[in-house]
Amino acid sequence: MSVTEREPGARARLAALLAPPLLWLILAYLGSLAVLLLSAFWTTDPFTSDVVHSFTADNFREILTDPVYRTVALRTLGIAVVVTLLDALLALPMAFFMAWVATGRLRRALLVAVLTPLWAGYLVKAYAWRVMLGEHGIVNAVLAPLGLHGPGYGTTAVVIVLAYLWLPYMILPLHAALERLPAHHLEASADLGAGTLRTLRSVVAPAVRPALLAGSVFTFSLSLGDYLTVQIVGGRTQLLGNVIASQVTLDLPLAAALSAVPVVLVVCYLAAVRRAGALDSL
Amino acid sequence: MHLSRTARIVLGCVTAAGLALIYLPLLLVLLNSLNADPSFGWPPGALTGEWWRRALHSAGARDALWTSLQAGLWATALALVLGSLAAFAVHRHRFFGRQTVSFLIVLPLALPGIVTGIALNAAFRTVLTPLGIGFGLFTVVVGHATFCVVIVFNNVAARLRRIGPSLAEASADLGARPWQTLRHVTFPALRPALFAGALLAFALSFDEVVVTTFTAGAGTRTLPIWIYENLARPHQAPVVNVVAALLIALSVLPVRAAQRLSSDPAGGRL
Repeated sequence: MSVTEREPGARARLAALLAPPLLWLILAYLGSLAVLLLSAFWTTDPFTSDVVHSFTADNFREILTDPVYRTVALRTLGIAVVVTLLDALLALPMAFFMAWVATGRLRRALLVAVLTPLWAGYLVKAYAWRVMLGEHGIVNAVLAPLGLHGPGYGTTAVVIVLAYLWLPYMILPLHAALERLPAHHLEASADLGAGTLRTLRSVVAPAVRPALLAGSVFTFSLSLGDYLTVQIVGGRTQLLGNVIASQVTLDLPLAAALSAVPVVLVVCYLAAVRRAGALDSL
Repeated sequence: MHLSRTARIVLGCVTAAGLALIYLPLLLVLLNSLNADPSFGWPPGALTGEWWRRALHSAGARDALWTSLQAGLWATALALVLGSLAAFAVHRHRFFGRQTVSFLIVLPLALPGIVTGIALNAAFRTVLTPLGIGFGLFTVVVGHATFCVVIVFNNVAARLRRIGPSLAEASADLGARPWQTLRHVTFPALRPALFAGALLAFALSFDEVVVTTFTAGAGTRTLPIWIYENLARPHQAPVVNVVAALLIALSVLPVRAAQRLSSDPAGGRL
């Protein structure tokens, strides 16, 4: 890199560059997280619902022992995994088509077509599905002649809508990875006598894996923390996000302790994915 | 690799189906903004322009739009400064803890919005409220800037990696002062990335609901908050639908702008 630390003034310049963003992140972000973590060790007086500032691990004990929280955490984790798998299943063929079959104009047009919905807004899309999945919505209208009934509002609807919302986040890194894969690698593989399956396994898969993991960071962690989709199309389904949201005003220390669950899950996932080099493809 | 004809057709069909799935809900919102039935039964019986007229006169939606624009512009401005500084520090210098700094910057985007939201809420109540600073536009901007920094950082860092140090070195060898190099060499090369980063950061702020819910306080309503509050009210549903339709229609503009002004066909990175 251009500036080495031996150069005069480089150290001062680095300090000047780093200080504002670091101060901001430490004060506004890490500071807030620290306050949250600290308040997880406080309790709420059950009669006055004031926060009592005495140090105790009761909240964490409650989360770990109460089966309700375990069920909610497992359900949330399950939904995040299913959403990630669904998105991967749909995004892979789309990315393959965009990168290998479509060329020139068509490829650019497809890229725009995948990107545009990202700008249409989260709530707008969740709302669109609420209308579609409603009792008199188009899903039921289409399924009725077949003698079927749509999923209505509930866990299935949450999975569908979350997978829908995060699909572009999975397509984009996959497309970028496949587009970067040099064509002569594929030709070389064929010249060396590898069949399609062998090439897919030995040449394409290693290139796709980091992108798949990068995309899954979005689909997985966005699903883990989501609570609005659940409120909009989830019916009575309870996920970590909306349990936390409903506890914020009632019992902030408990909400703080609960929010440690998705944080731990996301950090573990990020650490696992980082080993596979996926964060560079983000 | 040679893809068989069948494979191409299958891939094409899945892609077409995927795109249809992506666009069907959005097209329905557009269509329903003209649906005379306020509960949007399918198929629509009659069409009406009444909802559009009502939405254009909705003071609540207009105020919310103004708040969103202000919050987005302030957060983007802050993110541009902080994100670019951090990108320069991380990519033009080697120092102890460099990896940690990049990890720290990505964290606000990776952690769930609700965690960031209640953390900021708890911190503002502990620190700002005793100082007499209430929840409002300021707290919203602080919340949004925190995750917008990542976007600018990612875009500028990617660009810095691509252009490499040689141009700046050549400029220095030719006798340019650091400030001149920055102005005449580095900044022009970075402009597309700055633009893409700013556009994405603004979009992220404009669309954000979760962090906003916990940092806005009672009187401040951004457009997504307004939509969310009115979503469940049957009387307001058609007006919300028109606002949604408008946002969908307008979403074409930033994508075009990003493509035209940056060399990257994807118009920047998340």
